[in-house]
Amino acid sequence: MSAREQILGRIREALRKSAPIPGHTHADHPSANHPPHPPVPPAGAGRSAFATPVIPLRPSAAARPWLPPGGVTPAEQWERFCAASTELKTAVQEFESVEAAHARLRELATEQGWTGVASHHAPLTDAAISALGLPTLFTDGGYPVNDLEKCSVGITECDALVAQTGSVLVTSRSTGGRALSVLPPHHLVLARRAQLVPDLGAALELAKARYAPHWPSMISFITGPSRTGDIERILVLGAHGPRQLTVFLLP
Amino acid sequence: MTAAHQFLEQARRITRDLRHRGLIQTALRKYEVKRDEKKRAFPDWESARQAAAEVKWDAINHLDTYLEDFVTRLEARGTRVHWASTAAEARDAILGVVRDRKAKSIIKSKAMTAEEIHLNDALEKEGYEVVESDLGEYIVQLRHEPPYHIVFPAMHLTRDEISDLFHRELGSAQTREPEELTMIARRVLRQKYITADIGITGANFAVAETGMVSITENEGNARLTSALPRTMITLLGIEKVIPALEDLALFLPMLATAGAGQTLTGYNTMYSGPRQPGEADGPEEWHVVLLDNRRTELLADPEQRDALHCIRCGACLNVCPIFRNVGGHTYGTAYSGPIGSVITPHLRGLKDWKHLSGASSLCGACTEACPVKIDLHHHLLQNRRNAVMEDAPLLERLAYQLFAVVANHPTLWQFAKEMGRTFQPFHRWVLRTKLDPAKAWTATRDLPPMAEMSFKEWWRTRQ
Repeated sequence: MSAREQILGRIREALRKSAPIPGHTHADHPSANHPPHPPVPPAGAGRSAFATPVIPLRPSAAARPWLPPGGVTPAEQWERFCAASTELKTAVQEFESVEAAHARLRELATEQGWTGVASHHAPLTDAAISALGLPTLFTDGGYPVNDLEKCSVGITECDALVAQTGSVLVTSRSTGGRALSVLPPHHLVLARRAQLVPDLGAALELAKARYAPHWPSMISFITGPSRTGDIERILVLGAHGPRQLTVFLLP
Repeated sequence: MTAAHQFLEQARRITRDLRHRGLIQTALRKYEVKRDEKKRAFPDWESARQAAAEVKWDAINHLDTYLEDFVTRLEARGTRVHWASTAAEARDAILGVVRDRKAKSIIKSKAMTAEEIHLNDALEKEGYEVVESDLGEYIVQLRHEPPYHIVFPAMHLTRDEISDLFHRELGSAQTREPEELTMIARRVLRQKYITADIGITGANFAVAETGMVSITENEGNARLTSALPRTMITLLGIEKVIPALEDLALFLPMLATAGAGQTLTGYNTMYSGPRQPGEADGPEEWHVVLLDNRRTELLADPEQRDALHCIRCGACLNVCPIFRNVGGHTYGTAYSGPIGSVITPHLRGLKDWKHLSGASSLCGACTEACPVKIDLHHHLLQNRRNAVMEDAPLLERLAYQLFAVVANHPTLWQFAKEMGRTFQPFHRWVLRTKLDPAKAWTATRDLPPMAEMSFKEWWRTRQ
């Protein structure tokens, strides 16, 4: 018998006795004799009122009113995203026009002395890269890792911005692979206002609608610059990934 | 030395170490402030806990179905899945891949399961270089010691100790700045990522619905570990399964809040396969090792099955008065604190690990802190009961039998009381010496004097 069959066999044997659903019964007085076990409800039946989406539209927020809110109106959501970003030390900037964003990008390049830029081909990044006019490594289709490591900044698009948590959703297919958003010391995200979603549930739904079942091999919620508190619980940015995370919000 | 002796010995030492106490209390006070702040962002934390507990209940009580779904979907996208009944089988599966690829260096991101199966030792014994990439894990690896805490591996060290360590092991200049220390590690590890042939990771959740492994981290080290090496290996316990992708919308914020007092951890990444056609990078192959290692025995105990709901946030360690006093290393187990005390007897045998059930004040702080509502302090009691039923020490059995006889006979009881009253004044002659019959108690506590008159006697005088 294979290990797979052995393990599954042991699981099925173990599950012949059912266990109480938490919060529904409580064994205050442990007894050696287990009470007779009721039959196990089918998979999914454990999700009582709490876990079952009740409203098909934006079910995540509607079915989980007890999770931190992401805001109802776009204005509230943007406010929430900015507040979360401030706390995370993500630099967020909103622009009236794409040109204004490109001008700021050139300023940043001078201020920070960018020598090389890494990016991927997509409408927002292509426009930004041509406006920047710096040597650029495009990661699409493969690249030498050492070259990417030397780049001053990684400029990517994103799949969504999450108001609830201040997160940026990226994937290995839509934003230049797995390393582009973590290897260079600065990650700059170009996003459109319409990409702001209220919460994690909505972002996951959006990803599902866009990709399932042909998922990118990696989808990642980036929440702030890389960080660690491993030395005396003191916050340090740029542990392994980017020291800086910048989000440009374009119209 | 047995594990129980080791525990007592080390606990005795650490509880008197004021420096250790100061360090842990400061770190955990910071954690508590942030955790409470983040909990307040939940309109209803209790309902969120209830929902998380129910989703985990569903997952664990239909583990066979969800596990098969998870594996089928993973395999469909080109991932190789290895099933391991024991720690040895898991080590062999990983060693097999490492040998086949003729690997030289291995980069690893944090995985408690790897601590559980002593993976690094096994790889190093075969001559492979394994480097931990999580900063805290890297620090304790350089010190040749296990992680102190499942979430904060190096919380028992000061910046000065870390600076000394880096100076000694890496030749870096001494510094008191946590930022500079972090950058020293960053520079060393950067090169390791780029040259490593194999990346090994753990996992936080396995999504049955979509066949994804979700990894939570702050530093970006797991992101790099799974991006650059040509082969990726992920080791996870079979209990990590959750039914649906949307469940992450619940678990990710709860893990971050309970575990580290964050709204959300820095990187929450879902992997569904090796590099897919048209993608820029990522491993050519991905091996997922599913570990049982007696989890199915815990599953077979309906009373304590919910211990498999654990998402390894470490919240119960942080609030445990025992953990805070004896520290993480005293337990001598991969999983310490209340959850470790509950599951270790199941994973490694009740006989040698039953002493952990006593590492509790039964205050219930752990149960209250647990984001998935594991009934931790009752499970500790149940383990005590199970240990007695399995094999009670002869002396203890005799003592209780004697007590039962005395307590059932009023004359004997009266006689015992008189004896106690008569001889207690002489107790101070032997107090805390080898001859002290109550030494186990008096070594650290006072023995209250018996009342001059019992209630019964007093009542009689009132008649």
